[in-house]
Amino acid sequence: MLKVEEHSPVEFSADLIGRFDEIIARYPGGKQKSALLPILHLVQAELGWLSTTAMDKVAAYLQIRPIEVYEVASFYTMYFLKPQGKFMLEVCRTGPCCLVGAEKILDHLETRLGVKEGEVTPDGLFSFRGVECLAACGYGPVLQIGPEYTFYENLTTESVDQLIEDLKKKS
Amino acid sequence: MSRKLLLEHINVPGIAGLDVYRQKGGYRAVEKALKTLTPDEVVEEVKKSGLRGRGGAGFPTGMKWSFLAKPEGVPRYLVCNADESEPGTFKDRYLMTHIPHALIEGMIVSSYALGAKASYIYVRGEMMPQIRILEKAIAEARNAGFLGKNILGTGYELELYVQPGGGAYICGEETALLESLEGKRGNPRIKPPFPAIAGLYGCPTVVNNVESIAATVPIINDGGEEYAKIGIGRSTGTKLISASGNLARPGVYEIELGLPVEEFIYSDEYCGGIANGKRLKATVAGGSSVPILPANLTLKLANGEPRLMSYESLSEGGFATGTMLGSGGFIAFDEDQCIVRNTWNFSRFYHHESCGQCSPCREGTGWLEKVLHRLEYGHGKMSDIDLLVDVARKIEGNTICPLGDAAAWPVGSAIRHFRDEFEWHVKEPVKSQTQNYGLADYAKPIEKTAEVKAAE
Amino acid sequence: MSDNKVKVTIDGITVEVENGTTILNAARQIGGDIVPPAMCYYSKLKGSGGKCRTCIVKVSKGSEKDPRPMPKLVASCRTTVMDGMEVQNITSPEVLEARAGVVEILLINHPLDCPICDQAGECDLQDLGYEHGLQKTRYEFERRTFERIDIGDKIQLHMNRCILCYRCVYTADQITDSRVHGVLNRGDHSEISTYIEQAIDNDFSGNVIDVCPVGALTDRTFRFKNRVWFTKPVDAHRNCPTCSGKVTLWYKGPDVLRVTARKDQFGEVEEFICNTCRFEKKSTSDWAIEEPTRISDTSVIAANHYETLRPLPVIRPNEELREANKKELEKTVKY
Repeated sequence: MLKVEEHSPVEFSADLIGRFDEIIARYPGGKQKSALLPILHLVQAELGWLSTTAMDKVAAYLQIRPIEVYEVASFYTMYFLKPQGKFMLEVCRTGPCCLVGAEKILDHLETRLGVKEGEVTPDGLFSFRGVECLAACGYGPVLQIGPEYTFYENLTTESVDQLIEDLKKKS
Repeated sequence: MSRKLLLEHINVPGIAGLDVYRQKGGYRAVEKALKTLTPDEVVEEVKKSGLRGRGGAGFPTGMKWSFLAKPEGVPRYLVCNADESEPGTFKDRYLMTHIPHALIEGMIVSSYALGAKASYIYVRGEMMPQIRILEKAIAEARNAGFLGKNILGTGYELELYVQPGGGAYICGEETALLESLEGKRGNPRIKPPFPAIAGLYGCPTVVNNVESIAATVPIINDGGEEYAKIGIGRSTGTKLISASGNLARPGVYEIELGLPVEEFIYSDEYCGGIANGKRLKATVAGGSSVPILPANLTLKLANGEPRLMSYESLSEGGFATGTMLGSGGFIAFDEDQCIVRNTWNFSRFYHHESCGQCSPCREGTGWLEKVLHRLEYGHGKMSDIDLLVDVARKIEGNTICPLGDAAAWPVGSAIRHFRDEFEWHVKEPVKSQTQNYGLADYAKPIEKTAEVKAAE
Repeated sequence: MSDNKVKVTIDGITVEVENGTTILNAARQIGGDIVPPAMCYYSKLKGSGGKCRTCIVKVSKGSEKDPRPMPKLVASCRTTVMDGMEVQNITSPEVLEARAGVVEILLINHPLDCPICDQAGECDLQDLGYEHGLQKTRYEFERRTFERIDIGDKIQLHMNRCILCYRCVYTADQITDSRVHGVLNRGDHSEISTYIEQAIDNDFSGNVIDVCPVGALTDRTFRFKNRVWFTKPVDAHRNCPTCSGKVTLWYKGPDVLRVTARKDQFGEVEEFICNTCRFEKKSTSDWAIEEPTRISDTSVIAANHYETLRPLPVIRPNEELREANKKELEKTVKY
C-alpha cells in the first residue's frame, strides 16, 4: 500500500480510471456524481485513505466541486481522512454484540496492540476502532477488515490473537 | 416445521449459484411474470398477497407500488434498500450471502411490475463481500438472458446495478438512501414530495427492502391469494427474524407470522431458549428502535393472552405494554444484562448515526447519550430519569425523519418498564458498577385478567 | 374564489392565498404574532427550510376534502396549504411547548456569548430564546467548541454559534458561482467549513453574513466596532455595476461602520448586494442617502434612537406640568 502524504501528488492508474468509467456508465447521462461513493471506495482501497489531493482529483474526474467530495467523504464513516494502519480492525460495539462480549474484544485489542482506538501501531500495521452495528448480530462479537471487508465472527480473545498473528505473517 | 418460502433451499449446496438455484425452481417467477402477466397484474398479485414492507415500517408493498406516478417519457426506478443497519437485524445479509438469486429474481419481477428499466440495489458499504456475491449473481443472470435487452424474448429490458454505501445508518431511510445514491450526504429529504412522485434523480421511484423484494418471488409463483393464506390477520406470509443476544441458537429464522413469541424463543426449531441456562429478562422484538419489553410482556399481552410474532400482536397495548415487529431484529437479554447500559449503548448508536440536519435529533440524541452515560457510570441524579423522558419527548415526532423517533423510543420504553433499575443506579452508584440489578420481577408471569375486566 | 386560490385559517384568521403557498408564507401574508419563527427557511433560497423545526405548527384540519388532522406537528415552511386547512400556531399549547423544546435544544450547545457577539441585537436566536427559552439551562455538559476561523479577510466563521441552518450553503450555491464551503462531518460534529484552508472569495460571498440567523458568520470589517443598537441604520443606494446597490448603511456619528443588504420585516434580505458595496464603500460620499431605515419599535436598535416621545398636548400650555415633565420634554428637543 502506498504511503500518501496530504498534498503529495496522486496518479490514478489506467486500470483504475477504467473502473471509474465502468461505474459512471451505470447512471443516466449527467448523473455521474452518483459514482462518487463507489469511486471513493476504489481510491481508498488503492491509497489506504483519502488525501485532499486524491479527493480533488476525484472531483475533477466527476466534474464536481471539491467541497462536494469533502462533504460526502466526511459524512460516511468508511472513508478515512487520515492514514490508518495497514489493517484496520473494526469491531462492532453496538448492543447485541455487547451482550455477547464485544467490549472485552475492544479492551483486548487495546492491550494486545498497545495503542488506543484510532491510533496506528509503530510498525504501521494495525489500527482498531469500535464501529456501530455491522448487521451480523447473531454471530457476535464480529470485526471486519478493509478494503475487502473480510468478516470475522464469534470472536474470542484467542481467535483475535490468532488473527493478529496471521495478519502479521501475511504482511 | 412451518412453511418456508424464502429459505426453503438455503441449505442446498451451491444454491448461491444460478444453476442450482434454477434446478430448485428459481426464475420461474420471472418466466411467469414476464410471459403471462401484465405489469399491472403483477402489482395486483402483490396487493392480494397483503405483503407488508419488511424493512421496518410495515407499509403494504402493493399499495406503495400503486402510488408510483407514471408520467409519459419519464424513467421510473426501483431501488432496493439493502442498507441493513438496524441493530439486531441481519436477515438481508443472510439472504444476500446464501441465496442472492432470490433477490435478483425479485428485482426483475418487481422492476417489470413498476416499468423500471434500470434498477439499483443499494447495499451498505460494509457488506463488500455481499456486493461481490450480488455482482456475480447479476453477471450469471445476465448470461442466462434474465437481464439486458429483450429478456426471454418478451421485449422487456432491464439493467441491474449494485451501489455501495459509505457507512451511515441513516441511509436506510429511503430518501437519505436516494440522496446517497445520487452521490450526496445521506440527509433525509423533507417530504412531500414522496419518492413515488419525485425520487431518484427527481423521477418516480419505489424503494423496497431486500426481503420485501425477495418475497415477490413466491407471491408470483403461488399467487397472491395463496401467500395471504399464510400468517395471521393482516400479517400475511412469512417473515425473516434475526435472532441475537443471549439465545442458545441465534441466527436467521423464517417464521410464519403468528407464531407465539414463547415458541420462537424456547422451541428447538428456533432459538432453543436462553443461552447458558439463564432466564430471560427482556427483549427488543423488532430491531433497536422499537420499545424494549420486560420478559413477562414479551411472552404475554397485558391481559395474559399469549403474544404472537405478528405486526398486530407485538404492537398490542400500544407503547404502554406493547412494542413493534419492526424489521424483525429480535434481541434477547438474559437476567445478567443491565438495561441502563444497553439503553446507553443504543443511544450512543443513534447519537453517532444522526445525520445532523434537523436540530432536535442532532442535539437531542447527544444529550440523551450523555445523561445515560452519567447514569450508567454512577454519576446520575434522580432527576436525570425524568429529564431523559422529557428530552426524548421533545425529539419524538419533531424531526425530519424517523431517526428521531427511533432514538427516543428505546429510552422512553426502558424507563417506562425498568424505572426501578434506573433508580437503583442512582441510589447505588458504587454497587451498580460491579453488580447487576438482576431479574427482579421482570419475568413475573402475567395472569389472565379477563375476569377482572369483566368485573370492572 | 378563483381556481388557483385556496383558503386557509391560521389561529382563527382566514386568508386566501395562491395554491402551492406554504403555511409559513400564508401566515406572513396575515402578519403579526401568528407568523411562526423561521431560523433556517429563507424565501429567497431554493430548497431551504425544514431543518431547524422552530416553525412547527399543528394542522388541526387537513383540508375541506380530507378534514383529518395531521398526525404530527409539521414544519410550516415546507408544508403547503390545502383548501380549507386549519392551522394552529400560537393558539396551540402543544405547538408552543414543542417550540420551546426546539429552542432549548438549539441552545444546549450554543455558547451564549451574546455580550461579545456582534450579532447581538439583531440575532434571531436571541429573539427566539427571549420569547421561548428557559431561564436556566438543564444541560450540564461541556458545550461543543470549534476554533474560530477567518474565511478570507472579510468574513469570520464562529462555528460555536452556528445552528446549521444551511442558509449560507444555499447562498453560495445559488447566489455565487462556485461554492467552496459546505457542511462537513455528521450529526452534532457537523460543521460549516471549507475543509482545507481556503478563502470564500467572490463578488457575492458577503451575503452569507446577512443570511446567517446567528453570529456564526460576521463581517470582519465591523468586528467589535460597535454594538448594533448604538448605530443608526440609513437606507442608501449607489450606481453599482455588479448589484442593485440598494443597501443599509450603519452609522455611528459621521462614520459608516458597516454596510448590509436591506432586510424586510421578516429579517430577509430584499436584494443581495456585492462585496464592493458591502466592504469597500464606507464613506457617505459613496452613497445617495434615502431615509432612516424603518425599524420595528420593539427592536433594541430602535430603542436607542427612534423612540419618538410625544408629550400629551395638555402639557405644553401648562407651566406647572411643563416643569414637572422637564426631563422628558428636553429629550423631545434633543432628537
